Amino acid sequence: MDVKEILANLSEGTGVSGYEHGIADYLEQNCPWADEIRRDKLGNLIMVKRARPAAEQPSRPKVMLAAHMDEIGLIVTKIEDEGFLRFSAVGGIDQRVLLAQEVIVHGKAELPGVIGAKPPHVQAPAERNEAVPMEDLYIDVGYDSKEQLADLVNVGDLATINRKVVRLAGSLMAGKAMDDRAGVAVMLECLKALANMNHIADVYAVATVQEEVGVRGATTSTFGIVPDIGIALDVGHGDMPSVPEHLTISLGNGPGIALGPHVHPNLHKRLVQIAKDWNISYTLEPATRPGGTDAFAIQITQAGIPTALLSIPLRYMHTPVETLNYEDVRKTARLLAQFISELDQEFVEGLKCF
Amino acid sequence: MLLKRLTEACGGPGQEDEVRNLIRGEVKDLVDQVTTDALGNLITVKNGTKAGPKVMIAAHMDEVALMIMSIEKSGLLKFNPIGGIDPRVLVAKTVVVGKNRVPGVIGSKPIHLQRPEERKKPLAIEELYIDIGASKKDEAERMVNIGDLAYFTTEFAAIGPDKFKGKALDDRVGCAMLIDILKDTYQFPLYGAFTVQEEVGLRGAGTAAYQVQPDLALVLEGTTASDVPETPKHQHATSVGKGPCLTVMDSSVIPDPRLVAKLMQLAQQHNIPVQYRRSTSGGTDAGKIQQSRAGVPVAVIALPCRYIHSPAAIASQTDYDHAVKLVKVFLRSLEEEGGF
Amino acid sequence: MKNLIKDLVESYGPTGFETEVTNKIRTYIADKVDECYVDALGNLIARKKGSGKKVMFSAHADEIGVIVTYIDDDGFLRFSNVGGLNLLTLLGGRVRFANGVIGVIGKEKGELKDLTLDKLFIDIGAATKDEAQKKVSIGDFAVFHREFADLGQRLVAKSMDDRIGCAVLVEAIRRLDHSDHDLYFVFSAQEEVGLRGARTAAYSIDPDLGIAIDVTRTGDTPEAPRMDVSLGKGAAIKVKDSSVIAHPKVKNLMVRLAEADQIKYQLEVLEAGGTDAGAIHLTKSGVPSGTISIPCRYVHSPSEMVDLDDVENCVKLILAICRDSLDEF
Repeated sequence: MDVKEILANLSEGTGVSGYEHGIADYLEQNCPWADEIRRDKLGNLIMVKRARPAAEQPSRPKVMLAAHMDEIGLIVTKIEDEGFLRFSAVGGIDQRVLLAQEVIVHGKAELPGVIGAKPPHVQAPAERNEAVPMEDLYIDVGYDSKEQLADLVNVGDLATINRKVVRLAGSLMAGKAMDDRAGVAVMLECLKALANMNHIADVYAVATVQEEVGVRGATTSTFGIVPDIGIALDVGHGDMPSVPEHLTISLGNGPGIALGPHVHPNLHKRLVQIAKDWNISYTLEPATRPGGTDAFAIQITQAGIPTALLSIPLRYMHTPVETLNYEDVRKTARLLAQFISELDQEFVEGLKCF
Repeated sequence: MLLKRLTEACGGPGQEDEVRNLIRGEVKDLVDQVTTDALGNLITVKNGTKAGPKVMIAAHMDEVALMIMSIEKSGLLKFNPIGGIDPRVLVAKTVVVGKNRVPGVIGSKPIHLQRPEERKKPLAIEELYIDIGASKKDEAERMVNIGDLAYFTTEFAAIGPDKFKGKALDDRVGCAMLIDILKDTYQFPLYGAFTVQEEVGLRGAGTAAYQVQPDLALVLEGTTASDVPETPKHQHATSVGKGPCLTVMDSSVIPDPRLVAKLMQLAQQHNIPVQYRRSTSGGTDAGKIQQSRAGVPVAVIALPCRYIHSPAAIASQTDYDHAVKLVKVFLRSLEEEGGF
Repeated sequence: MKNLIKDLVESYGPTGFETEVTNKIRTYIADKVDECYVDALGNLIARKKGSGKKVMFSAHADEIGVIVTYIDDDGFLRFSNVGGLNLLTLLGGRVRFANGVIGVIGKEKGELKDLTLDKLFIDIGAATKDEAQKKVSIGDFAVFHREFADLGQRLVAKSMDDRIGCAVLVEAIRRLDHSDHDLYFVFSAQEEVGLRGARTAAYSIDPDLGIAIDVTRTGDTPEAPRMDVSLGKGAAIKVKDSSVIAHPKVKNLMVRLAEADQIKYQLEVLEAGGTDAGAIHLTKSGVPSGTISIPCRYVHSPSEMVDLDDVENCVKLILAICRDSLDEF
């Protein structure tokens, strides 16, 4: 399967934070390159590819990759008597992108719905200048009463935006949940590449859960693996108007290689060096705060893990039209595979020496 | 002088190298073992003669700084604070950038060219930049890198009859105190942990505590003193010259009341002036240590410092001496009583 | 059960100083459990040994309150909050210190809309600083001072959050005859400032299943902010709050048991707020966790209201969990 197809399938799949099993099932069925696939207690999917060639040495370094498979979504908080569904957000959602969107409500059945918008004819002029707050929004699933919905939807059921992937010009594509299914796609592409490369490390590619609500899956999965190196794969803000250039990374220029307190300096240097050696384009991504991705949790697990972060440039993050360049996904996977393949014992051991 | 060397060294969150190397040099002959971990924490051990209690004392090496985010076509550098810095303290200050300490200034529009209303509004971070004298981007790129940290240039010096001024008192005073404490000998195992990345979320302390597994811990800090004009008395938090501060509660931790009571009792017994930290805002490494594994009793002893997180902070030498004395008296009593 | 509840809610136990409460709870349960101890953070942990699954129940013993930060020359106390306080509920209210001293909360002049914590003060009736210092010190903690009220079917008191949860657990322990499982009943410390006690307790216990028992808001008062939980509609099975998304297996278990035993229940989504489950589920390599909530009106005010039916249904649900095989964990 080509990376475009994988991205499309992952983007269109449903897996809101806390309920990622659909994506986990898809990955289990579409990752022939792992030697072992297992799920942990919170539902993190761990795909293990052992060192190649198979090695008897007592300690093979462990490299953990983390890309979160959960997406932001909506949760039903109340079913009104007239059959409209009230909701709140799971993860960070800009309420302004919800108006007039089509959704799917994942109840006992998959119900199509619309987030209703008041027609302009009945709006007061002042209303039009204000964003509609989330608590005033509702999902219309076409039923007329709460009773009719009794066997179909419950408080606590989830809803996602109904969005098929859109191919834009060149290598750009847009869809929901590219944050962070793009990172998951990078992991798959990386494992595929490693099938034909030698690497001394055991690779634990983890599709983590619940990143969007507080990097929770990364917290527990890292504890269970205790890797020697942890690399988070997430999306970074792509170039777009109204955002200062120095806060974004351009689409089509390869991954953002993060630097900052959350990134081990040796890992950063090595990733940059490999990108240069193999002519993989990249952008430096400085950050003053360690938060915002699984790297935040990985780094401070147990006695500390040397951590790095690669970002796939993405425009319009946390909207249903997240836009990326799939060549960036390929480039990130290449950089990652090359990094893993070039790891040696000395480098790994040197990470604890400051 | 130790405090001078420590405060004039440069080390921000994630880039504590210079401070770590300086401290390593200061302590290597005082302790039995020195190691670093995956985050760069410097963990020292004095084995002692008894098996317990295992005591950990922590002070953080990192200071707040500015990170270079991009280099403009003009050769000017855009930056963001790393750790909490009030943007208003930045304008018209001098800095040094990166490992090579490239000198720079944080410029601003001259008064002659401003409209009167402008002077009332503070400059936001987005309007500030560091000028290192480069006239274009590639010239600047030869001198500094994206991701480099810029530091204040304040020199350490005595000020007034009893005080000193310098940058990074938070928490080089803690590091200095810890080094002074490591000079003595103790019967129990003592772990001196010089932690990293406290200023961006208490990141190093938790991993250090996980590794050390102490039976109890003390955290040595430099804390806010706002005993100055324009602050009503009940918002002073702490007062310079009135002794080291005991935290009763801050945003990250409620220190073990038994430990706090013990410290207060010892202070009174030994005539060491001491005050409670009269504010509940701000967090310290103690928060992470207390919640490590199955829990650790902790207490925080802090030096009151005016103007912390700004280029020039002020503290009292006598407060410093009393703080060290208090910790040593506590450690002696631990030895005598086997616990607290 | 009313007397048990009254005893617990009228106790003094601000965050960080839960001893009076945990001592009291201990007297109620000590003879019904195999082991009872207090750990480094002040959690009271009671264990009923068993060879099956390790289950950790957690209700927090601490309540919100205030801490004295300053005593002025006229004997007035300035304070800061311990846990989340709603400023408006403080005005004209009373607080009580560990030694029994009572104070009234007053405010400086100014508009309500500009009210901040530092404009409030506590008046303990002292005329001078010296007089005040004889009664209280900087660093002293105080709690709301308000008596328990029995309205019949409904009960009102301060610290229903989470003494009602503690009472539910105590009652479950009292009624529990047998369980195959290794049960840990934790009366946790310092929940109100960040789930701190539960975090360390869960680390040392390392359970297979974690269940928090805490209060949740309701949406059943006039013009209430939207919330589909009501007093009297049953034990609330939490789906999500800011600290945790209940593990689907745990949520489904609770719904299945409630349906099978005909225990009245309602599903709960809380937009802002957390419980001990938030800390428990992230312990080590993860613990499937959920929360059983007691619906409660006026949360974090001195007059929190619960319904006895809901309380009873929560007890029943806990007992049902203890009796279940829990095979899926």
